[in-house]
Amino acid sequence: MTRIKFDDQTFTSQNDETVLDTLLHNNVQVPYGCKQGVCFSCLMRSLDNAPPASSQVGLKDTQQKQNYFLSCLCKPENDMTVVLPNAESVWLDAEVIEKRNLSANVIFLKLKSKDPLAFFAGQFVNLRRDDGVTRSYSIANIHNPNHELEFHIRILPDGQFSRWVADELQIGMLLTFSHAQGSCHYIEGKEEQPLLLIGTGTGLAPLYGIIRDALSYKHHGEIHLYHGSRDESGLYFVEKLRELAKKYSNFHYTPCLSSSTDLSTDYAHGRVHEIALKECAKLDGWRVYLCGQPEMVKHAKKMAYLQGAALNSIYADPFTY
Amino acid sequence: MSDNTTNLTLFEQLGGEAAVNAAVDIFYRKVLSDYRINRFFDNVDMEQQAAKQKAFLTMAFGGPNNYSGQDMRNGHAKLVKMGLDDSHFDAVMENLVATLAELNVPQELIAQVDALAQTTRNDVLGK
Ligand SMILES: Cc1cc2nc3c(=O)[nH]c(=O)nc-3n(C[C@H](O)[C@H](O)[C@H](O)COP(=O)(O)OP(=O)(O)OC[C@H]3O[C@@H](n4cnc5c(N)ncnc54)[C@H](O)[C@@H]3O)c2cc1C
Ligand code: HEM
Repeated sequence: MTRIKFDDQTFTSQNDETVLDTLLHNNVQVPYGCKQGVCFSCLMRSLDNAPPASSQVGLKDTQQKQNYFLSCLCKPENDMTVVLPNAESVWLDAEVIEKRNLSANVIFLKLKSKDPLAFFAGQFVNLRRDDGVTRSYSIANIHNPNHELEFHIRILPDGQFSRWVADELQIGMLLTFSHAQGSCHYIEGKEEQPLLLIGTGTGLAPLYGIIRDALSYKHHGEIHLYHGSRDESGLYFVEKLRELAKKYSNFHYTPCLSSSTDLSTDYAHGRVHEIALKECAKLDGWRVYLCGQPEMVKHAKKMAYLQGAALNSIYADPFTY
Repeated sequence: MSDNTTNLTLFEQLGGEAAVNAAVDIFYRKVLSDYRINRFFDNVDMEQQAAKQKAFLTMAFGGPNNYSGQDMRNGHAKLVKMGLDDSHFDAVMENLVATLAELNVPQELIAQVDALAQTTRNDVLGK
């Protein structure tokens, strides 16, 4: 007999009962559909003990790693504290410890969390200002003992939050932020798998974090990064990434400009996802990461899939607004 | 031991949800690449659509589902307005059969899937 904790209540699961049935028997309303592990409506997450692997079949491996499971298939082997996806609404405190420009309109921001936190590079957190204005930003650095988080924030001319970051946020000031969310991150254990990463603008932030994570795990499959922008002003980290490509023979970096008059050979010219998917044409067995402009993400997702990538191996963060 | 199969449903014989998960990637890729029918699948979110494809396959495999004939009518009514007809239905079935063949599903089970799906034809096409 195991105990299931949900929403501050604890339930005992009867023999052979699934987590979903335990909750339903106790009149807890949670979403579900087919009860066969097909529709994924009953997705949940364990905050402590790992769920049985049999309840994670068909989920993305990044979700598996984060202890997501299908409650209709889950006959718990250990006590578990379970939540619905994204139901955690805890806010944490952090202090701004670094702020500088990466380019004319991109700011590098480093926060130090007051509490220890778990995250994967490439996930995002919601940053919240005192008056409640909240925006999502992706984590560009890997897990570290100092609980630091790095962000690349593009300043929009009329952007409520990003303008405030540019004009008013200062080192030493406090911000609140949510736990890390999302399944767009690296996962260890498949170090030989080829990776394709495509980003526009500050879509580079999560991709940069993922690449650093991959290299820290000694990923030895090919890693292809394509970073796109309209013109040169939108690219940043160019030198850093070129250096990285020199240092790691399996890392390839292609900065792309879509409407530049400067046709220098320093850059590829055209739309970033079209260039990337032309050069990496056969994606069977690949893992694909897509971040940034929603239209780009949408098109690239379909193209990557039609070119052989499994849907489960495509990780996307459209920066929707 | 092999006699057990006679008691199994078609869905179970095909391998249940694991079979659906294996088939969905292959099937959906075929559908999206098929110029005869892919326009019906434009402008839908891929992940949502993949979930619907799973619902489709579960149903086609005789698995558990809550869809009534009326649901099938309502669900495809918009497509019928866009011109959905027998030729498109046949094209979907062609892709489904090819998917199962690719997964080495025995011919007799494929025939059962085909027969089951055909029973929804009139509802899907709003006839
Ligand atoms: C999962 C996720 C991760 C994200 N990660 C990052 C990140 O790492 N770095 C980052 O810079 N941003 C990221 N974003 C976008 C970010 O959350 C904000 O939407 C963005 O910073 C704009 O907020 P704002 O308050 O400055 O602008 P708003 O005041 O919300 O908008 C101002 C004006 O700009 C327009 N606008 C808003 N966003 C964009 C855009 N992206 N492109 C063009 N026009 C726009 C709006 O329509 C409006 O007219 C992410 C978004 C999501 C959903
Ligand atoms: C064997 C016959 C078919 C069956 C059993 C079937 C089954 C289904 C099911 C179960 C859904 C999901 C409904 C929902 O939950 O929203 C669906 C949706 C859909 N089907 Fe079919 N289908 C069939 C034939 C077709 C054909 C021939 C086409 C077009 C060529 C088609 C196109 C679609 C589309 C585009 C959707 C999504 C509709 C939306 O999101 O609005 N289907 N179908």
